[in-house]
Amino acid sequence: MDEIDEIYEAVLDGDMRATPEYVQAALDAGVSASAILQEGMIAAMNEVGRLFEEDEYFVPEMLIAARAMKAGLSILRPFLVDAGIEPVGKVVLGTVQGDMHDIGKNLVGMMLEGAGFEIVDLGTDVAPAQFVEAVRNGVDILGLSALLTTTLSSMESTIKAIEEAGLRGAVKLMVGGAPVTDGYARKIGADGYAPDASQAATLAISLIA
Amino acid sequence: MTRTVVGSASKEVVIGLNQPFVIIGERINPTGRKKLAEEMKAGDFRRVKTDVLAQVEAGAHMLDVNAGIPLADEPAILAETVKLVQSLTDVPLSIDSSVVEALAAGLAVYRGKALVNSVTGEDERLEAVLPLVARYGAAVVAISNDDSGISEDPDVRFAVAKKIVSRAADHGIPKEDVVVDPLVMPVGAIPTAAQQVFWLLRRLRDELQVNTTLGASNVSFGLPNRIGINATFLAMAATHGLTSAITNPLEPEITATINATNVLRGLDPNCSAWIGAYRQPEDSERGRRRRGRQRPNPNG
Repeated sequence: MDEIDEIYEAVLDGDMRATPEYVQAALDAGVSASAILQEGMIAAMNEVGRLFEEDEYFVPEMLIAARAMKAGLSILRPFLVDAGIEPVGKVVLGTVQGDMHDIGKNLVGMMLEGAGFEIVDLGTDVAPAQFVEAVRNGVDILGLSALLTTTLSSMESTIKAIEEAGLRGAVKLMVGGAPVTDGYARKIGADGYAPDASQAATLAISLIA
Repeated sequence: MTRTVVGSASKEVVIGLNQPFVIIGERINPTGRKKLAEEMKAGDFRRVKTDVLAQVEAGAHMLDVNAGIPLADEPAILAETVKLVQSLTDVPLSIDSSVVEALAAGLAVYRGKALVNSVTGEDERLEAVLPLVARYGAAVVAISNDDSGISEDPDVRFAVAKKIVSRAADHGIPKEDVVVDPLVMPVGAIPTAAQQVFWLLRRLRDELQVNTTLGASNVSFGLPNRIGINATFLAMAATHGLTSAITNPLEPEITATINATNVLRGLDPNCSAWIGAYRQPEDSERGRRRRGRQRPNPNG
């Protein structure tokens, strides 16, 4: 098995101890930082997403895989910076105003990170103005989460606030959460909806393509 | 022993520690049920009707009624659903919405003493929901989160529950009429989630002396064989003081587990509810003879 395969397998197994060791070994063997990231870790997280959608993998397995990748990235990051490798895009995430749920949003953040995005997590109960501010600072995708039928309206008012600030053209908007549907996403003017964390990663890739 | 009494026009249900565990059927809820949502929005209540009858038949003591459909007139739909459900069954209802106007509309048409689902510890919610609960003499589900969010610290959640009970008392609502939901998080994401709830349930039972309820299915989010986790969680929670749950009575494993906790906790006199539910139907000839010999239950 070559170095990349070992990294791929370690991330897929959620092995938080082995992943950074294999990353170090690959770097020592002269494998490029870009290949380690793309063919090792991102490819593995892609597979995690596929297995999740097939009901082969479950949330705890997704969590440990994301943690393993994070551990590997802590070794790899300086080499990525040196090689001038940029994240595939920048995503700002947050749960909308009045809503305290964060587990779903966190899972989305992990899968997006696994797909190579830079993530800025604004947390829960985020006011429209905070989202507007984040978009103003430059971001490719804004991801809004809502878990209550009552806070769906905050999702809508956040999108309105971005429109009113004249920033709607500057960002792609994706939405998700238990009460959100594809139809609702279209109705409030979002660019996309995903039913789970794995499909959110696929959606994000397609939005910046 | 704290007794929470709810009722329809003709039937009372008691939630309490020395009472059989109360199953609140969760199915009348369009969240995540696309077809049901579309139908309810269009005024088609056939699926609601089927769900009502099936849940009561399966052993639900109460039914939760929710009409949270995005971009729909929730107060009107909830009121209509409450009326319809009460025309189909005499089990008491839990009127479920996070929209205060919808709770008000549901309560206005409800006959009996409803369970209002729910109020949180957020000041704005307390001041909006508690006056309604008081006005209609209803009981209320108190969710133990507040303006600071859903704490992972059980001490914080206990403090929030205590605050809601005290604010309810300010509105003339006795603690018997506050049923605390300690909120369970997915154990697949937070490994200590269930243990936090057990610890909280014991304190709610022993210190605050309130009845409790839970939406149990959240605990198994992201895991396979969710029913297996949900049923076991309910059994464990019952031993730590949980007195009711909002769950799916159409899952035989869930109802069997809850019925079994009643037997094992000595709350099913002569095990008659258990026997009634699980007497072998294929044993028909002998079963008929046995039923023929049956005398009235001396305990009533």
